[in-house]
Amino acid sequence: MRDLQVTLNQTQRVRLQSAIRTLQELSSTSSSSAVAATVAVADVIPVNLEDGILKGHGTSEVDGQLMATLCGVVERVNKLVYVRALRARYKPEIGDIIVGRVIEVAPKRWRLEINFTQDAVLMLSSMNLPDGIQRRRTAVDELNMRSIFEEDDVICAEVRGFQHDGSLQLQARSQKYGKLERGQLLTAPPYLVKRRKQHFHHLEDYGVDLIIGCNGFMWVGEHIETGENDMLEDQENQLEKDGNSNAKPMGSQDEEKTFTPLETRRHICRIANAVRLLSALGFTLSLEAIIDTVKLSFSSNISIKDMLAAEFYVQTAEREVQRRVSSSKKKA
Amino acid sequence: MEFVNPLTGFRLDGRRPNEMRHIRGEIGVVANADGSAMFEMGNTKVIAAVYGPREVQNKSQQLSNQALVQCEYSMANFSTGDRMRRPKGDRRSTEISLVIRQSLEASVLTHLMPRSQIDIFVQVLQADGGTRSACINAATMALADAGIPMCDLVTSCSAGYLCTTPLLDLNYVEDSAGGPDVTVGLLAKMDKVTLLQMDAKLPMDIFENVMQLAIEGCKAVAQYIHEVLLENTKQLESRRGK
Repeated sequence: MRDLQVTLNQTQRVRLQSAIRTLQELSSTSSSSAVAATVAVADVIPVNLEDGILKGHGTSEVDGQLMATLCGVVERVNKLVYVRALRARYKPEIGDIIVGRVIEVAPKRWRLEINFTQDAVLMLSSMNLPDGIQRRRTAVDELNMRSIFEEDDVICAEVRGFQHDGSLQLQARSQKYGKLERGQLLTAPPYLVKRRKQHFHHLEDYGVDLIIGCNGFMWVGEHIETGENDMLEDQENQLEKDGNSNAKPMGSQDEEKTFTPLETRRHICRIANAVRLLSALGFTLSLEAIIDTVKLSFSSNISIKDMLAAEFYVQTAEREVQRRVSSSKKKA
Repeated sequence: MEFVNPLTGFRLDGRRPNEMRHIRGEIGVVANADGSAMFEMGNTKVIAAVYGPREVQNKSQQLSNQALVQCEYSMANFSTGDRMRRPKGDRRSTEISLVIRQSLEASVLTHLMPRSQIDIFVQVLQADGGTRSACINAATMALADAGIPMCDLVTSCSAGYLCTTPLLDLNYVEDSAGGPDVTVGLLAKMDKVTLLQMDAKLPMDIFENVMQLAIEGCKAVAQYIHEVLLENTKQLESRRGK
């Protein structure tokens, strides 16, 4: 739709249209209120103001009427009425896992682009040092900040909270956070990502790590073993002496350029294309949907580059319709 | 020159005096922008892209209590009949940039996005009169697409007075006739005027008629834009699923 230009032939166009129409019917039947509650800017939201309702985001009161200030879906939680915007920038919540790109190394902090209204700040003091020791950050650490993250590095972190001046603070206090290497960064609209318990996924079949950031940035990269970094430093040193140290933790200093096998690189591209395709179609980017699309591409023998072509575009849309039809039948 | 046929009452392009040109709007035409739209009024065709709210690029311009809105208007070289090289930042485009910015800033709730900036880029792809109206309409759609909170939709339309007849939505030929050209920007639901420009003189009573005609045009545009936005939102929501 947006970032993907596909040229459909007549049959494909008809198939896509019918698929989309089915989706519309599905969403209008399954949750009849949801589609009826879509509003555009300056629409009146029907509420009874005498009930003492709370005006949430995307609403404003004009002349005794509640108006929408955004295009989106009206949500009502008890007394709170708000408009959930669809296409908008990311709205951070504390604890969100995000993927971002370093744009500046500033004193004691890194600035990250995370698709928010401002740049996020990752303080040197709110991340674990690569040596894994808890201690005060010295001036030497500050000078060595570029050895941890440089400009244009892609980083995974967690939202820590807002500072009183409104800036967004991040933290990376675990081995699973840190620099991301040997993979691809993908960007999708944040409304397609749902907050889940798990945002880090290790796809064992493909040897690939998939990080679905809440801000719509996603990482598809070669699988890297994490954890057990602080298990024993000297063990690692011994391994290094043996000259066969593999499985180094993320963000390690003297990373040796290990070779990513061709097969893994192909898998990375395939999964990345699945994400691109789903986001272009505007479908929710859940792990199941992504894996399902990858499997579909394998089973129908689609080459990686053809995943972004017209035929597979329509196939994926039809597949999604099938999935939703069957899931709605199960519920009924 | 006869701009309104005295016999039939039709204009040069076959419209009635109070008839608008065909309008068409499309959302999501620029892949990398946060919001984008294309708007056509007859042969006038305009594309708008909105970036932001994002980090302020020039720190000295940062406002601690509201968002900074910037607008840039440009005309493509191929947009007019005779192909011209257009220097960036000439008087005309600076003025129109300012006009668009001011009329849109009236509706954007800037206080909700402090310390950030919103960039609006509008480019004329095909010019046939009423480019500033088309630009405002395209920019409104792009802002709504970018999910930027606005108190109302700003729409714009022009009207003129030729051959003792008020004419709605002037095209290039009528525009260059030298008669008065009233461009109105309107907050459609709230009935508030955010832009009013006229480059000639008109008696008071006639001016009121002409302006009323332009306001009617704005409302028609607002209704159309509203339909497009609602349809687009429904589409996105149904595709996303639960």
